Amino acid sequence: MLEIKNLVVQIEDKRILNGLDLTVNDGEVAAIMGPNGSGKSTLSYVIAGKADYEVLDGEVLLDGENILEMAPDERAAAGLFLAFQYPLEIPGVATMTFLKAALNAQRKARGEEELSTPDFMRRVYGAAEQLEIDRDMLKRALNVGFSGGEKKRMEILQMALLQPRFCVLDETDSGLDIDALRIVSEGVNALRAENRSFLVITHYQRLLNHIVPDTVHVMSQGRVVKSGGKELALELEASGYAEYRATEAA
Amino acid sequence: MADITTLRTAAETGLSKLFEVRRLKLPGSAIAREEAFRFFEAAGLPHRRVEAFKYTDLRAALREAAPPAEAPSAEAAREAVKTAKGFAEAEAARLTFVNGHLVPALSDLGALPAGVAVTPLTEALTDGDPLTQRFAPVAQANENPIYQLNTAFMADGALIRVAAGAKVERPLHLRFVATGTEAFSTATRTLVVLEEGAEFTLFESHEGPGGVAYQPNDALDAIVADGAVLRHTRLNAEGAQAVALSTISVRLGAKSHIETVNVAAGAVFSRHQIYLLFAGDDATAAVNGATMLGDGQLADSTLLADHAAVGGVSREQFKTVIDGDATGVFQGKIIVQQVAQKTDGKMKSDCLLLSDEGQMMNKPELEIFADDVACGHGATCGAIDDDLLFYLMARGLPRPEAEGLLVQAFLGEALEAITHEDAREAMIGVVETWLAGRR
Ligand SMILES: Nc1ncnc2c1ncn2[C@@H]1O[C@H](COP(=O)(O)OP(=O)(O)OP(=O)(O)O)[C@@H](O)[C@H]1O
Ligand SMILES: [Mg+2]
Repeated sequence: MLEIKNLVVQIEDKRILNGLDLTVNDGEVAAIMGPNGSGKSTLSYVIAGKADYEVLDGEVLLDGENILEMAPDERAAAGLFLAFQYPLEIPGVATMTFLKAALNAQRKARGEEELSTPDFMRRVYGAAEQLEIDRDMLKRALNVGFSGGEKKRMEILQMALLQPRFCVLDETDSGLDIDALRIVSEGVNALRAENRSFLVITHYQRLLNHIVPDTVHVMSQGRVVKSGGKELALELEASGYAEYRATEAA
Repeated sequence: MADITTLRTAAETGLSKLFEVRRLKLPGSAIAREEAFRFFEAAGLPHRRVEAFKYTDLRAALREAAPPAEAPSAEAAREAVKTAKGFAEAEAARLTFVNGHLVPALSDLGALPAGVAVTPLTEALTDGDPLTQRFAPVAQANENPIYQLNTAFMADGALIRVAAGAKVERPLHLRFVATGTEAFSTATRTLVVLEEGAEFTLFESHEGPGGVAYQPNDALDAIVADGAVLRHTRLNAEGAQAVALSTISVRLGAKSHIETVNVAAGAVFSRHQIYLLFAGDDATAAVNGATMLGDGQLADSTLLADHAAVGGVSREQFKTVIDGDATGVFQGKIIVQQVAQKTDGKMKSDCLLLSDEGQMMNKPELEIFADDVACGHGATCGAIDDDLLFYLMARGLPRPEAEGLLVQAFLGEALEAITHEDAREAMIGVVETWLAGRR
């Protein structure tokens, strides 16, 4: 599904990704862990197409097609989705208006019909119910005044609505209380499918108890330095990142 | 200072000639017209060195004095109105003006809401209607050259009286439509008098052809008596070459309220002037502007709020979106007279720049002579936030749509101030149309 080859990225002359390689197969849930500042969010932004980053080398292939030349909206239409570490507040744009515009824009880009309003409402309310999001929240301006946890839920609601093929979740668990973590995880698990893959960025094993990954990758200084199965996350929880930092320093 | 501008421009000479010919033909007493024109003539068309016009050089914009438009034929009027879209979907009684002349056949003069009386201006001036004594409810407007020209040349309009206590639900829509293929000018004056406790909703739309440099000058005088409420939404959708001048002057009685929103997207050069006089205690005003400009356009919103009574509250918010090499101008002045204790006045101008070539000029002023007041002003100007844009695009919105959503959100704050739902919807539609035109 997603193949990243030798990705080298810098921002303002500072190199952040240093030849990163990563493959995520169809239907796979891959977890990425790694110390603060190791470049996890940068990777997620580069996959989604944020402009500030300069890609010096490498490729990001979605089903064999290099997406690095595509605009963010084209990537979204191709099935990419990023659940932001820090979702943005957009005053003056009602959540419903935004959701409808986003869904219809993607459908249009794929040559599909626009959804009728009742059909759209049914889908939104269905997803909101599953994620225990109050309908009143959908009437408010997007993310404005939402609590940290509410914002994260709203990200997953968007994901559920847009039905992407490749989902990047950047620390979706941070800011969630215990119940919300379960609800959001169930939301994600419900979306797991043969033709949908996930890249789950997290600092905590706790999330991976709910969303059980197929693979776990350790990122350090802009590179994947170790890959393994779900037991790797448990090891990290016990030992920390000292080993990988030492490797880098050596 | 030796400011020698004895040389008169072609437009100034032209205006004088036109006035000589027109003054005796126009309805009503020539005295008021004469006085206004002599004041205008003495100073001429205002230009950059006149403080109140320093960003809005009317002398440069008005190259020639276009002749006043004649009343259109019934057929021409019907045709012109077919193209008028402003507030078309809104439920309202309508008065239609084509090229500045009231067209009774296209107006609901016989089907006005209860409590509302309308007299055509020509009739009122000819008959010496006592209401005509109540023009110019804010004295400062008489010193303004645009208003002076309107007083000198006003050819048609309406006097609207809303009876004491009448809570009129059905809005009245003043529909101004211009038509023609050669330059012309229009001058209309409308006086709205809300008697004590009356409530009234007024829409105003101004539309015209794109290929003609016509020159509308419209004035709305409003007297809002004690406890009365006037809600006013105005649309400037003038043609792309129009030089459009307008003035609203409002006198507020005790505990009265005015809501006035000007939505402007039209004209190559426009200036909308707002004069508010807080004459009675505890009056409130919500003044909003939403302006959308593209290449070559200049739009000026100039406000004067004169607090002459205790406890007045005014909220002014102007939002300007600037694309291409357009220029936006906001000039706002709040005066708090010595008697006007407990005045609470806040004025804000926000600008969203969609290009590097555009510019916004802000000139806020406070003149405060009372000591127990809360007044302030602020101005912001910025481009679209890249992070917000990325967030929206990452959800699949193409750049123009994502920008459009952010523009709508930006202007939305000013449009939210429109209480009447049909009017608000109509103005949101204007923004959508403007955005569609950009793509
Ligand atoms: N716009 C920027 N300008 C300069 N440096 C940046 C910028 N964005 C990120 N960086 C730097 O790049 C490095 C990687 O940041 P990134 O946010 O990708 O880390 P992360 O692995 O997601 O960290 P965390 O676990 O704290 O979320 C950091 O050192 C950060 O300071
Ligand atoms: Mg991060």
